[in-house]
Amino acid sequence: MAKVFAVTIVLIAIASAIPIVMNMWPMPQDISTHGHLIDEQYTDTMWEAGLSFLASQFLLAFFIWKFSKHNPGDKVRSFPGGAAGLVIAAFLLVGTECLALGVFGVKAWASVYFTPPAADALPVQVQAGQFAFYFRYPGPDGRFGPLHPDLVSEANANFFGLDTTHDQASKDDIVTAEMAIPVNREIHLLMHSKDVGHSFYVPELRVQQDLVPGVDLSVHFTATKIGKYEIVCTQLCGLGHYNMKAYLEVKSQEDYDNWIKQQAALQ
Amino acid sequence: MHDMSAHAVHHGAPTSFLRKHVFSLDHKVIGKQYYALALLAALIGMVLSWIMRIHLGFGSYAIPGLHLLSKNGAPGDVMTPEYYLQLMTMHGTIMVFFVLTTAPFAAFGNFFLPIQTGAEDMPFPHFNMMSFWVTFVGFWVLVASFFAGDGPTLGGWTQYAPLSAIGSVGGPGEGLGVVLWATSIAIFCIGQLLGSLNFITTTLDMRCKGMSLMRLPLTAWAWFITSLMGLTAFAVLMPACILLILDHVAGTSFFVASNLVINDQMLPHSGGSTLLWQHLFWFFGHPEVYIAIVPGLGIVSHVLITNMRRPMLSHRVLIYSMGALATLSYMVYGHHMFVSGMNPVSSLAFSFPTLVITIPSTIVVLIWLGSLYGSKLRINAASLFALGFISMFISGGVSGFFLAQPSIDIMLHATYFVVGHFHLVMGVAAMFGIFAGTYFWFPKMVGRMMNETLGKVHFWMSFVGAYCIFMPFHYLGIAGNVRRYQAFTDDYLIHLIPVHKFITVAALFTGFAQLIFLYNLIHSRFKGEIPPNDNPWEGTSLEWSTATPPPHNNFGDKMPVVYHDPYQYSVEGASADYIMQTSPENVHSPDEEK
Repeated sequence: MAKVFAVTIVLIAIASAIPIVMNMWPMPQDISTHGHLIDEQYTDTMWEAGLSFLASQFLLAFFIWKFSKHNPGDKVRSFPGGAAGLVIAAFLLVGTECLALGVFGVKAWASVYFTPPAADALPVQVQAGQFAFYFRYPGPDGRFGPLHPDLVSEANANFFGLDTTHDQASKDDIVTAEMAIPVNREIHLLMHSKDVGHSFYVPELRVQQDLVPGVDLSVHFTATKIGKYEIVCTQLCGLGHYNMKAYLEVKSQEDYDNWIKQQAALQ
Repeated sequence: MHDMSAHAVHHGAPTSFLRKHVFSLDHKVIGKQYYALALLAALIGMVLSWIMRIHLGFGSYAIPGLHLLSKNGAPGDVMTPEYYLQLMTMHGTIMVFFVLTTAPFAAFGNFFLPIQTGAEDMPFPHFNMMSFWVTFVGFWVLVASFFAGDGPTLGGWTQYAPLSAIGSVGGPGEGLGVVLWATSIAIFCIGQLLGSLNFITTTLDMRCKGMSLMRLPLTAWAWFITSLMGLTAFAVLMPACILLILDHVAGTSFFVASNLVINDQMLPHSGGSTLLWQHLFWFFGHPEVYIAIVPGLGIVSHVLITNMRRPMLSHRVLIYSMGALATLSYMVYGHHMFVSGMNPVSSLAFSFPTLVITIPSTIVVLIWLGSLYGSKLRINAASLFALGFISMFISGGVSGFFLAQPSIDIMLHATYFVVGHFHLVMGVAAMFGIFAGTYFWFPKMVGRMMNETLGKVHFWMSFVGAYCIFMPFHYLGIAGNVRRYQAFTDDYLIHLIPVHKFITVAALFTGFAQLIFLYNLIHSRFKGEIPPNDNPWEGTSLEWSTATPPPHNNFGDKMPVVYHDPYQYSVEGASADYIMQTSPENVHSPDEEK
C-alpha cells in the first residue's frame, strides 16, 4: 500500500503541474503598461513555488516508498547532516527565496502605488454602490463638482449627488454607466463607495482596488490595447454582488473623443 | 508544581448521570463533548458545501427538500442568489470556528493534554465545563439564525463592515442574522478563552514528577502554543463582535463611516471606520489559521513518530518552529488587506513577515521528511492521514508564496486561488490532522479500535478527492475567477464552468467518503474490536501507560513518574524497540535532549 501511496503522490503532483505548464486556463491577457511587472513576478514565483512543490512531494513519495519496507532487525538511520543541516538549508534556500521575491516584488507594487499619476493623466471618478458602478468625467472645465450625499437619487438618475444648479464645476460633469478611456493615455481613477465595501477589478488591466466607504482612494494606469473588458466587484457587497459589473471600453483617442461628446450631449 | 496539582484539581468521581455525562468536570468527557460538537458542526458544514457546490456546478438545479430549510431562500427547492451567500457564510463560520478550532484544539487537547502532562485533570474543572457549554450555546445561537428573521447573515465569515454593521437595509440576514452571528462568535470566544487558560495552566503547573517542559510530547507543546494564541486572538475578536452588536442595537457607529447612502436614504451613522473592523478581525483571523493548524502539526508529528519508530530529528527545532509560526502569525495579518485601501507602505511591511513565515513552515516539513529518512515506517489509517497531511500542507503552503506578495495579490486577491490556498492548508490539512488523531487515539478514548480497512478506504477517497477539488481552485483563480459569486454570468468566467462541474462531482465524491468515516466511527464505538492492550500502537507517551479508557483521575492509584524524553524509540541497548516515559529502564540515549 505504501508504494501505491507513493506513486499516487507523484501522479497527483505531476497532474497538478500539467495545467500550469500547458497554460490550460491562462491568466487574462495583460493590457496595461505596469502589468508585465506583476506577470514577471508571478512567473518567477511560479518557478520557485512549483519547483519547491514538486521537489517536496517527490521526496515525500520517495521516502514513503523506500522506508515503509523494513525487516524486524533493521536499525533506524538518521538523515545525513541531521536537523542542523536541514535548518540551515531552510534558512538559506527559503530565506534567499523570500528575500529575492520580497525585494523584486517591491518594484511591481511601487509601479502601481508609489508613483504619482502623470500631470496630464485623465481623471475619471468611479463610484460603487449596491450593485452598480457609475463613472464621472470632469467635462471641459477639467474640474469635478462637489458631492452631496443627501442629493443622491437613483430615481432621478443623480447617482453621485451632484448639484448642477448651484455648483459651477458640476454643470459640465459627465456621468456614465460604462467606462471608456483612450488607449495609451494614463488614467487617474478616483474611487469612492456610496454605501458598503466594493472592489474594482479588471483582470486584464492588472488592477484590483477596494472602494472603501468613507475613504477616498485612487489608482492610475495606462491601457495599451483597444477592446471591451469587464469590471467586476470582488468585495462581497450584498445579494447582488455576483451581478455587479460594468464594462471598460478602451478606445482610440478619436473614438474616445466622439464617445465623450455623445455622453455630454446625453446629460 | 506537581505537589500542588493533586489538591488543585481533586474532585471525586461523579455519581449522578448529569455530572457524569452532561455537566461533567472531567476533561476527558469534555474532550469527547467537544469532539461530538465538532462532528455535528462538520456534518452541517459539509452538507452546506454540497448545496453550494451543486448550485455552482449545475446552476438552478432543484435540491429536493431545500425549501424546508428556507421557504424564501429556496422557493421550489432552487436557491436564490442571496441564499447562496447566506449558506456560504454559515459554511465558513461553522467550519472555521466550530470544527477547525474545536476538534484539533479543544477536543483532543482536552482529552489528552492533562494525560500527557501527567495531571489528574485540568486546574479549573468548572471553567473547563463552562468552556464547552458556552461553546455549545454559541453553536446553537448561530444555527438559530437559519430560522430567525430573514435567515442567516450573507456577509461571509469575515463579516466586513459596513455591510455587517448597517442592519437589514444591507440585505437579507444583515439585521438579526448578523446580531446572532456576532453574539454566537462572542460567546464562542469566551469558551475558548476559558479553555486556553486551562490549557496554559495545565502545561505550566500540572506536570507530574519528572515531566520537564522538554519532555512534553509535541502534541502537548502544540496545544500549549495554540492556547497562547487562543488567549490573545479571541480576546481581540470578542470586543470586535461586541462593538458590531452595539452598531446594531445601540445606534453606535464604530464601523460605519459618515454620509453613506442606501436606497436614496442617508444612513444615520457617522464617524466610524470601515478598516477598523478589518484590522480587528484579521488580528484575530490570521492567528486563527495557526490555531487551526498548529495542533495538526503536533498530532501529525506524534502519530508519525509512533509509526516511524523513531523520534523526530530534533524535538526542540519543531517546538521552536511552532513557536515562531505562532509569533509571526500576529505580524502578517495585513496580507489579507493588501488591496483594502490601507497605506500601501503597510502592505510591504506585512509582506516581509508573511514571506518569512515560510521559513519555520519549511523547517517543520524538512524535519518531517528528514525524519522519515531511515525510519521503519508503519502504514495504517492514522499514519496515512498524517502523511497525507504533509502532502496537503506542502501544496497549500507553496501557494502562500504568491499571496504573500502585494503585487501578485492584485491579480489573485478575492479569487478562487485564495479559496484553494486556505482550504488546502487550513481546511483539508487540518481535517487530515483530526482524522489522524481520531484513528490513532480512538482506542484510548473509547476502548475500541476503529475499522482499519474502512479507515484506509476513507483515506484514499479523501486524499484523491480533496486534490481534485482544491487544486483546480488555483487554476480558476489564476484565470481570474472571483470568489463569493453564486453564478458566473460574466463573459470572461463562462469558459470556466466545466471546471466548476468537475469540482462539484469531486466534492460529492469526497463528501461520500466522510460518510464512510462517520459510519466507521459510530459502528466502532459500539462494535469495534477491543484493543489487545492499553498500548496498541506501542507508543511511549503517558496516554499509553494508563488504562483504556483512562480512569476518572487518569492514572488510578499511582500518579506517573517520568524518566525519559517523550519519544524513545529504537534506542540501542534497550529491551524493546521503545521505552515508555514511565519506564525506569536506565538506558543512555544519545538523542535524549535535556
